[in-house]
Amino acid sequence: MVTQHNPPLETNDDAFAPAPFQTSDELDRMLGDCVHCGFCLPTCPTYSLWGEEMDSPRGRIHLVEQAARSGQLPESTVGHLDACLGCMACVTACPSGVKYDQIIERARAEVETTHQRPRGQRALREAIFALFPYPRRLRVMRGPLAVYQRSGLQRLLRRSGLLERLPNTLQTMEGVAPTIRSRTSLPERVPAQGTRRAVVGMLTGCVQREFFPGVNDATARVLAAEGCDVVVPQSQGCCGALSVHSGRKAEAQRFARRLLDSFADAGVEWVVVNSAGCGSSMKEYAELLADDPRYAEAAAGFAAKVRDITELLVELGPVATRHALPVTVAYHDACHLAHAQGVRTPPRDLLNAIPELTVMEIGEGGMCCGSAGVYNLLNPRPARQLGDRKAEHVAATGADLLVTANPGCLLQISSALGRAGTSMSTAHTVEVLDASIAGHPSTSLTDR
Amino acid sequence: MTTHPTSDQAEQSTARHGPDDTPTGADDARADGAAVAALIRRLTESFGERSVLTDEAQRRTYECDGLAAYSVVPAVVVLTTNAEQVREVVATCHELGVPFVARGSGTGLSGGALPVADGALIVLSQMRDILHVDPLAQRAVVQPGVINLDVTAAAKPHGYYYAPDPSSQQICSIGGNVAENSGGAHCLKYGFTTNHVLAVDMIAPDGQPSTLGTVAPDSPGYDLLGTVVGSEGTLGVVTEVTVRLTRLPEKVTTLLAGFRSTDDAGTATSAIIGAGVVPAAIEMMDQLAIEAAEEAVQCGYPQGARAVLVIELDGPAPEVDAQLDEVLRHCEEAGAFEVRQAQDDTERALIWRGRKSAFAAVGRISPDYIVQDGVIPRTALSEVLHRIDELADEAGIRVANVFHAGDGNLHPLVLFDAGQDGETERAEEVSGSILRLCLEHGGSITGEHGVGADKAPYMAEMFGPDDLDTMQLLRCAFDPRHLSNPGKVFPTPRLCGERPGRRQGAHPLQEAGLAEVF
Repeated sequence: MVTQHNPPLETNDDAFAPAPFQTSDELDRMLGDCVHCGFCLPTCPTYSLWGEEMDSPRGRIHLVEQAARSGQLPESTVGHLDACLGCMACVTACPSGVKYDQIIERARAEVETTHQRPRGQRALREAIFALFPYPRRLRVMRGPLAVYQRSGLQRLLRRSGLLERLPNTLQTMEGVAPTIRSRTSLPERVPAQGTRRAVVGMLTGCVQREFFPGVNDATARVLAAEGCDVVVPQSQGCCGALSVHSGRKAEAQRFARRLLDSFADAGVEWVVVNSAGCGSSMKEYAELLADDPRYAEAAAGFAAKVRDITELLVELGPVATRHALPVTVAYHDACHLAHAQGVRTPPRDLLNAIPELTVMEIGEGGMCCGSAGVYNLLNPRPARQLGDRKAEHVAATGADLLVTANPGCLLQISSALGRAGTSMSTAHTVEVLDASIAGHPSTSLTDR
Repeated sequence: MTTHPTSDQAEQSTARHGPDDTPTGADDARADGAAVAALIRRLTESFGERSVLTDEAQRRTYECDGLAAYSVVPAVVVLTTNAEQVREVVATCHELGVPFVARGSGTGLSGGALPVADGALIVLSQMRDILHVDPLAQRAVVQPGVINLDVTAAAKPHGYYYAPDPSSQQICSIGGNVAENSGGAHCLKYGFTTNHVLAVDMIAPDGQPSTLGTVAPDSPGYDLLGTVVGSEGTLGVVTEVTVRLTRLPEKVTTLLAGFRSTDDAGTATSAIIGAGVVPAAIEMMDQLAIEAAEEAVQCGYPQGARAVLVIELDGPAPEVDAQLDEVLRHCEEAGAFEVRQAQDDTERALIWRGRKSAFAAVGRISPDYIVQDGVIPRTALSEVLHRIDELADEAGIRVANVFHAGDGNLHPLVLFDAGQDGETERAEEVSGSILRLCLEHGGSITGEHGVGADKAPYMAEMFGPDDLDTMQLLRCAFDPRHLSNPGKVFPTPRLCGERPGRRQGAHPLQEAGLAEVF
């Protein structure tokens, strides 16, 4: 059992007085819903690491309540709010229906508005948010990364021990950076095979598009095989998930509006997402843009059409033949799929329907792997501890293949497995389905 | 519920003030600022500042346990990771005269871990290692911060489990269970925490470590272990617990029976127990409680039920099967209109989920509520429930009932809206009347949540002055300076050696030379 303490907070020399904190009737009501029963504690990744009240959901709610009452946001409170992964396991566990997701989102927005972070932290955040939500900028990184990985420089550096002298965040970035594969781009429209059953829009995402293009290709192929016309608006950009989960509300709203514009004339019945974090924030567009008279209605209509790829496939029911895939997979619940969207059964049902495929459950399944959007870059140490813990449980399944629905989780767990000297191939749920429908051998997934 | 601890030095934020605030004794031990400052300095030197919390916002998150109506911000919070650290904190507190309170997961429902304003809060939630599991000897050795359900998780692969199962078992700690002698749904058949603790290591209030109890089946001399289990932190701080493990039953059958009234459900309960069947659990929920659970966890209890019974039978398969027939017959005869039998673990979990989430689920149907805990003889069930209904109606307050019907342990949930004028006071009145009702029927003011800060004023209604003085003598033998969790359990502040209110002379036992005050 890990009992290592939370790393000391970086203190802010720029600010002496606590920042102001503005509450609202709605936030006060949400805070009042907590009855302090503590059922959320064992599900919280940071509580399980540190065993401290103020790094538990109950403690954080208490801290936000203190800030709401006093109108002040102490430095220590900011640290504890920053330490939350936003995995929402506590929302699943809460018997009183406390909307922790909305509480933390609002508190974070307040932190970002009023709190002055130390210069180093500020620069790191700016760098992250200037890179990840922009597929084109990510693309620029592909070239150097591929050279770094293929030239042997990566192996050399990893062996040299030089990497350990880099700051934690850079080490994490180096560790989780995926192997660069050749990139494809989907056309504007992929026609349905056989009888058309639905017209489906598809989000291509940022990290997904640039680093896991195979997942998008597989998504389009599976949808087409199941009788869907797939519409891929070429103008689409980031959905705003990373921003909204980090309290950067205005930025998230800008991304959301732009995405709504991209899909405005697509004429689709559903919008399919294959990245859990994106899907969860897109389902909440109605709340995000509720106060925007121009977009509120469109946002609500759009949000109602958003489906995780596994949800839609189960809703439609299969028409394409599944071929046998003799492989044992460990299925990892991405927090933003299982906790935030409540989608647990559809991916398992789809996998279990593949002949000769065995699904293994991972111990401590509801616990976050530590990826959590950009958390592993902002809080590398706890993220690493959680990653190691998850890797241990994943390895214990003895599976051939790790399957999950989020690019962040795949990068994080692969990196942790690598540290532990275990190598397990990874795949997105939809890639497994694609291989089964296409009749590829299981080695197409395990020997990549 | 009508009082809460007040101390002129207490920083109080969310405490609800009852109409007749009276001190419950949080001020019977008091340290001056210099002593607290010295304590902080010495512990910080020893443990580092990450483990000694002085930041106000951080300390405030520890101001209450599961009973949020009472809150006191501790002067310092100490996060301990091993027994030696606990010893050092307690010894330093003793040396400096600073009171201290131990806390596990902070889920208690009687304010037992309510801090003292000028004292230290010793947090044991980082002491969560399961040190040893010995299936052959049917025991496990655990640190006090280990979560109840984690003991079962560690024992299960060997075919064993830890039997006491408070509804908060997924988060409550073994140390807290020992302090409160916690019970749970299955204590009807298997007994309370005290029946499952073989030995404890503890630090006495003067900082002396000791081991109480033995792994041998019985030990001669006074049962000091029995004294410590359920002493609510007033006799010292437990740092290690040896628990008994129970063999997993061969067969478990879980039933859910819907009734048209709580009377019918009560009749069924009495008939089952009267027939000599001891189920692992018989739990009753009334209509309001069902409604709340349904809203929270969609447990799918029978439609239109005014009461449900959750009945669990366990043991050897032939015994369970025979008991099942009997139970089904009694339920039917008492008027059950639907009886469901869980077909697998998932269905069993769903039935229990409704029951185990009921307390917190009530938050969905009422802005505020009081969880009451009282005991009555099972035979008085029907009468007491009707009287509770009348009390609620008279006060214009709703009361939901969830309880361990098998052993008459009631958990009335008094619902109110603190935003409405006078409703808080009316709710507290009803809550107090329910306890008196339990006493009138020969019951008790607490079944399993403990006395803590919440029930201390009622102790004087249940026990006479002589009883309380005798308990006080026992406490003084361990903690003459009242440093360990002061202000809990006893109704009025009183120091050892101080003359009890009514009596002017010494305690009769002292006068007779049979006892002395330490």
